[in-house]
Amino acid sequence: MFQSLEEILQACSEKKKLFWEIVLEDDCKEEGITREESLEKMHLTWKAMADSDRSYDPGLLSASGLSGGDAAKMDAWRKRGTTICGDFLNRMMVRALRVAESNACMKRIVAAPTAGACGVIPAVLLTIQEEKKLKDSEMVRALYVAGGIGGVIAGRFCISGAEGGCQAEIGSAAAMASGAAVYLMGGTNEEIANACALTISSMLGLVCDPVAGLVEVPCIKRNVTGTMNAVAAAEMTLAGIQTRIPPDEVIDAMKTVGRSIVPELRETGLGGLAATQTGQKIREALEREQ
Amino acid sequence: MNIFNIIGPVMVGPSSSHTAGAVRIGNVCRKLLGEKVRKADIYFHGSFRRTGRGHGTDRALLAGLMGFAVDDPRIPDSFSYAEKAGMLFSFHGIDLGEDAHPNSVKLDLESVSGRKLSIVASSVGGGSILINEIDGLSANFSGELPTLIVHNLDQPGHVAEVTSMLQHKSVNIATMQLYRSGRGGHAVMVIECDQEVPEESLDWLKHLEGVEKVTYYSLSED
Repeated sequence: MFQSLEEILQACSEKKKLFWEIVLEDDCKEEGITREESLEKMHLTWKAMADSDRSYDPGLLSASGLSGGDAAKMDAWRKRGTTICGDFLNRMMVRALRVAESNACMKRIVAAPTAGACGVIPAVLLTIQEEKKLKDSEMVRALYVAGGIGGVIAGRFCISGAEGGCQAEIGSAAAMASGAAVYLMGGTNEEIANACALTISSMLGLVCDPVAGLVEVPCIKRNVTGTMNAVAAAEMTLAGIQTRIPPDEVIDAMKTVGRSIVPELRETGLGGLAATQTGQKIREALEREQ
Repeated sequence: MNIFNIIGPVMVGPSSSHTAGAVRIGNVCRKLLGEKVRKADIYFHGSFRRTGRGHGTDRALLAGLMGFAVDDPRIPDSFSYAEKAGMLFSFHGIDLGEDAHPNSVKLDLESVSGRKLSIVASSVGGGSILINEIDGLSANFSGELPTLIVHNLDQPGHVAEVTSMLQHKSVNIATMQLYRSGRGGHAVMVIECDQEVPEESLDWLKHLEGVEKVTYYSLSED
């Protein structure tokens, strides 16, 4: 795995290859597998992502009773045609909710990079595919772009809320989705890294404060806002707007910020929303049931 | 870290540590038992105890004991699958002490032929696990490599016997740990290997003087 986005970009320019191809070649080398084997596996992963969206069941409730049915509400609102930000972004929001709610309801999802953040990448990529009518083979390449970015973040910092706060989960998922979106829109290798930097810059410091310690409140709805951040950063990038801080330094900033997030705000369920009066009441009620 | 751990795994939600990790603990325990589970008494510690129900940790663990994979859609309904299969199971809370990982569980298992096994395991993040104890003795292995566990009397020569057997069978040792209850008491070696240990070698080990028990965790499908 690459230790920096700069390393990937350098490999791209030396070998005159695209971002996704450099990441694919690296996976083949590390795992000792052929290009076809790696691509086949990523293809199955893409199928599983699409399934996690398609198989949404609006009637399901999570075991805690805290989650379920919101994606259906969002979709009904979208269909009324009187939304603030139009059909395309609303479709993304619906998907982010569908996949994240399915996760809470014990359905099959692709952890990307984590189960708690599993809605962001499918929401961004499936909706772009639908809108731009892209082939699955193109989407598989986009997943290598996302994976390459996630790998660098995992190597330089981490992708776990318990270690780095929600910025490392939803923030990383959004950065990965953003880079993949730029690739799908024909952006350059450098622009992929730029989108990643812009996304993380907007999500630095996001804490992990799940109510009752469950991957539900606020995780599910944060998948939606992560999605919106990802497309906003991709759109800014495609417009030619540049990050003033280089992408690897932005990731390092996430690390230093993560180190200063107190344990109460790193998946312990002791701070933030979890520590509110209502958050505590929910936890106590669930513990009595347990 | 592999790219398919970043974009993946494909799993049943909601949590890689509390759900997928619990399935994996069940999978490893089933293999260590070597037979179908007839009875399982399961004791949750720490965060597993506090948030296990909401994360489906109980259902995930039971699914793992039946051999379901982390992405098996039957996981949420594992209770009814277990009942249909005639498996007995119960869940309890336990305090395994301050040193135990917050996501820990103790399992007392009995196989269909009456074999018994007691295991303490923990889910250490991202779906990775550790088996901490087998039948009250320290173990500490991840279930990611073939693992040989030999319980023996604490006397000279047993480590040499086991390692020369592995050398003879061209099995490379990845990690090796030794524990004992006290000088001249019971000892255990836990050896993670890069290759599978042949069955005839395991049989040979079982018949060595001073060897009390041989447990083997294989990566191959049962």
